[in-house]
Amino acid sequence: MEANGGDVARIRSELKSLKAAKSDIETRISGLEAQLRDLTLLNASTVSNGSVTGDSSCNHELSPDMIYRYSRHLLLPSFGVQGQSNILKSSILVIGAGGLGSPALLYLAASGVGRLGVVDHDIVELNNMHRQVIHTESFIGQPKVKSAATACRSINSMIKIVEHQVALRTSNALEILNQYDIIVDATDNAPSRYMISDCCVVLGKPLVSGAALGLEGQLTVYNYNGGPCYRCLFPTPPPTTACQRCADSGVLGIVPGIIGCLQALEAIKIASAIGEPLSGRMLLFDALSARIRTVKIRGRSLDCEVCGENAAFTQKQFRDFDYERFTQSRLSTAPSKLNLLPAESRISSRELMEKIVKGEPYVLVDVRPEHHFRIVSLPNAVNIPLSSLEARLPEISCALNKEGITDSEKGANLYVVCRRGNDSQRAVQILHSKGFTSARDITGGLEAWARDVDPKFPTY
Amino acid sequence: MDVTEVKAENADSQSSKKESVKIKVLFFARARDIVGLPSMPLEVSSGSTASDCLNKLVALFPGLEELRGCMVLAVNEEYTTESAIIKEEDELAIIPPISGG
Repeated sequence: MEANGGDVARIRSELKSLKAAKSDIETRISGLEAQLRDLTLLNASTVSNGSVTGDSSCNHELSPDMIYRYSRHLLLPSFGVQGQSNILKSSILVIGAGGLGSPALLYLAASGVGRLGVVDHDIVELNNMHRQVIHTESFIGQPKVKSAATACRSINSMIKIVEHQVALRTSNALEILNQYDIIVDATDNAPSRYMISDCCVVLGKPLVSGAALGLEGQLTVYNYNGGPCYRCLFPTPPPTTACQRCADSGVLGIVPGIIGCLQALEAIKIASAIGEPLSGRMLLFDALSARIRTVKIRGRSLDCEVCGENAAFTQKQFRDFDYERFTQSRLSTAPSKLNLLPAESRISSRELMEKIVKGEPYVLVDVRPEHHFRIVSLPNAVNIPLSSLEARLPEISCALNKEGITDSEKGANLYVVCRRGNDSQRAVQILHSKGFTSARDITGGLEAWARDVDPKFPTY
Repeated sequence: MDVTEVKAENADSQSSKKESVKIKVLFFARARDIVGLPSMPLEVSSGSTASDCLNKLVALFPGLEELRGCMVLAVNEEYTTESAIIKEEDELAIIPPISGG
């Protein structure tokens, strides 16, 4: 067994050094490729400008390589040389290289969008892989922008990919979005959606907006040819309770995949000037019933605070606007950390572990929803979801009695846990008000337990 | 759609004699979570507006109140306002925005 352990350690260390070397080589390769690409692009443009006396008799700017690469597009009667030429000259910015952005970027790169920008400030994580299909396992821990750009370049080395490895904010949005013809909103939160829509109105850019959650998706083209903007439809932001995130509510991987593909399609239609963009209409995708509905939505609102008749929403106002305050939620997807309880009503996961090791009697209530509890739970935890806590208090009294915990200190050694330590605080507030005055929550929830006590404890 | 429209026309001629109208309500995104159903039938008194229907739905599912100010309302797949009169066999869709991705 010991020899085995030695082997494992040796293999791990060799893997580590090989991976480091591989990453170094990959960086050098992509650097050289970028240099080469810029040089060939430069040459191509000087050649095409210099010698118009070429022997092929075509009155467009497609090189033989381009004709071959995009031949199936060129063969489409309604698309043809004109459509492809338009795409090659266009520039599209995809904001977010996640579930929506992954397929959107892949198809836009493959279609030959002349200049394709990617904005994201996140890094690739293992729990992204089920839906963010542009990233590969070898990029885990690296910036999403770098991973996405590498994938796009490996599909199409003839286009220019621009990496914006930044968090989009009012301070940089105008400058970044202004460099592109069409904007694709592939973000995952409400404040970003308002910010991007407003920025598109200020700059006069069409916006292809997609969203997906659970088993549903939505798609609309905003601010296109006098059509409505996001605020025309949703002048008041949804309450924070209604703003769900994939990280909390879950999402079937393929759902953003489908919406992201449709976003690429709408962006291509606008770029190539073919067809009828999804402006003034909203496409609703329902994965469970395999139903797609297109609902006619309102036109531009004359009273819209950003694009309306009397609106005076300037670049300066945009820069000064506080989108996090407006929507009462964060621009970054990092979950908020509440602090509702005094220190004496909280316990760290390490302290709890010590008490368990000492053999102190305790009752541990896990207030996560039942389907979360089924993923993983602590031993001896009782699952009473927060939503049904008040109705199920007798179960807690019963469990306390069973552990021989007396009523003198009501709820002593009663601990409450959830995923991240927010709902557990809400639960403790309820318990305190119902007489369990010594109940305490486990700070940081199961995530803290996994980080500080048991690194093998699964996180999700 | 075609079928729905034909039905709606047939129903139109009778609706004046009726005391109430029966419609179908479609729930999307957060509204679907709150209600727990993708759709449900609803009976309202004839002459009711979309707003009346919403009031009735909020009474049945109080959680819907939070969405009241932030949703697209559509009747038979076309944008509508809360003041629109609802007719027999109409399909009223409640569409809050999704922001995930």
